[in-house]
Amino acid sequence: MASTALANRFGDRLRDPTFWGDNAALIGLVLIGAAFSLLSPYFLTWGNITALLVSASILIVLASAQQFTIVAAGIDLSIAANLPWSAVVFGLTYNAGWGTAAAIGAAIAAGAAVGVINGLIIARLKVNDFIATLGMLGVMSGVALIASNGQSFSVFSPFLQTLALGSLGPVRYFYLIALVVVLAAHIIFRYTAFGTHVLATGGNRDAARNMGIAVGAMRIAVYAINGALVGVAAVLLVARTGGADPAIATDELLSSIAAVVLGGSSLFGGRASMLGTVAGALVLTTLLNGFTLLQVSSFYQPIAVGIVVIAAAVLSRFQQ
Amino acid sequence: MSAATYPGPVLEVRGLTKSFGAVQALSGADLSCMRGQVTALVGDNGAGKSTLIRCLTGVQPFDDGDVHFNGQPMRLSSPTEARSRGIETVYQDLALVEDLTVWQNMFLNRELKRGLGPLRLLDRRRMIAQSQAHLERLLVNMPPVRSRVRRLSGGQRQSIAIGRAASWGSTLVIMDEPTAALGVRERDAVEQLIARLRADNIAQLIISHDLEQVMRVADTVWIMRRGRTVGHWRTADITRERIVAAITGANGSDPAARGDRL
Ligand SMILES: Nc1ncnc2c1ncn2[C@@H]1O[C@H](COP(=O)(O)OP(=O)(O)OP(=O)(O)O)[C@@H](O)[C@H]1O
Ligand SMILES: [Mg+2]
Repeated sequence: MASTALANRFGDRLRDPTFWGDNAALIGLVLIGAAFSLLSPYFLTWGNITALLVSASILIVLASAQQFTIVAAGIDLSIAANLPWSAVVFGLTYNAGWGTAAAIGAAIAAGAAVGVINGLIIARLKVNDFIATLGMLGVMSGVALIASNGQSFSVFSPFLQTLALGSLGPVRYFYLIALVVVLAAHIIFRYTAFGTHVLATGGNRDAARNMGIAVGAMRIAVYAINGALVGVAAVLLVARTGGADPAIATDELLSSIAAVVLGGSSLFGGRASMLGTVAGALVLTTLLNGFTLLQVSSFYQPIAVGIVVIAAAVLSRFQQ
Repeated sequence: MSAATYPGPVLEVRGLTKSFGAVQALSGADLSCMRGQVTALVGDNGAGKSTLIRCLTGVQPFDDGDVHFNGQPMRLSSPTEARSRGIETVYQDLALVEDLTVWQNMFLNRELKRGLGPLRLLDRRRMIAQSQAHLERLLVNMPPVRSRVRRLSGGQRQSIAIGRAASWGSTLVIMDEPTAALGVRERDAVEQLIARLRADNIAQLIISHDLEQVMRVADTVWIMRRGRTVGHWRTADITRERIVAAITGANGSDPAARGDRL
């Protein structure tokens, strides 16, 4: 009896269009994964899954960073410049002989500083989020070029090498870090007053203000957290590539926004789903991974990514 | 004497003035609210009702006049300060966050926490239980406390907003047109809620354009015209027609209103 009731409830959920809207990324991930595992026997091997998770890690951290601003009804376009800027700061600090710990601290501080400036411009000077971070995108891409003389340079750190290649049993450090970031963000949004106030600020700024929430401070805080996380992503990037490149990272910017939107968070703010965001990032990475396995020309990849994002947006119209 | 036992009016306003540049929005407004009573504030569009409330609750500063709360002179500089004194306002836009749940809205910016220091996390279970208990007692048509406000009807939202304002030991609840956007059934539910808060000995101040409603729910009515209080009656002692006359100033300088002001 109980099992039929359960089955009925499950059936009802499946017939409810909001279920599909809320879990679009997760469902998409399962469908895409199933398709690729049919097309390539190698897809579902542990080796490939590890490679997939490792290559998704940086995007997951960047998407988490983006999630903080999007939840507060903002957006961060300056990620594309803040990422190389923080990586350059890491490289310069490390190569100047300050050691790994100092370099990591400097990269995160450099990223957070950009975030705080974004937040101040937006909350105090009352500049629209899109415009403010677009401006900072330009400013910081120039600063990164100046700081590095326009050259990419290699950074050799045994610690980063361990970070990039080492593992804890079968679990690679690289995606463990991404997992920690995601869990922390999830706890903040779901289990802290601060997270609730950020959600309220994004969902209905006037209401939040009326209830005595310092909405300006909340907006600065989300950009500061966003910047610090971009700093973390920059450390991972240096670990993965073995160098720092001042070139603007447009792909990462677009993918970070796409992952959050795929994950079911509204661009108008007020909703956070870390599970969705991770699934969104994994969908994008899986598409690239599968296409590589199937030797589809890389020219088709952005087309597939774009179609998936639009499909997710259509599904999200059924959200409640 | 403690605030809870002060026998006089919870709120007493005398000669409040407020101008916005050349516009004299308030030019000597009076008002008083008693514990356990519903006080209605009526007046034509632009009479200054909302301005009066914003001045009382610290949203806007006023120019002149005095405000006593529980017998003590009071001048608030922010709505947060008003809230900490037990004065709650239900704004026309309700100040609910649609993407948050009912209980999250109930406890917005007064979240219950557990744990120590920086690891203090939300006590979700206690907030859910308390929201449930509190709203269940007040509301006839109780929405699930875990559902998002976005899913609720207009009347349910209004009830949640009023229920929130009437919790946490508030002594005065102010509502700006609480039923303006509601259908008849939902309006009735909100009026029942108002009656319950009245029985709980809370002072309520209600702005309303619906004079039938004023006669139904209010104990006393204050009438404003062009920034000034022009009448104050027990609703039992007055007819709707005379309120209308006082609102529009149809009786010249209001001999009717003057004659039997309380
Ligand atoms: N911020 C402001 N700046 C300038 N004038 C204002 C401001 N707020 C109110 N007023 C003016 O003060 C007067 C009173 O307005 P108020 O909103 O208090 O009226 P009301 O009685 O609430 O009207 P309604 O029934 O339409 O809500 C109006 O003439 C209005 O234009
Ligand atoms: Mg008004």
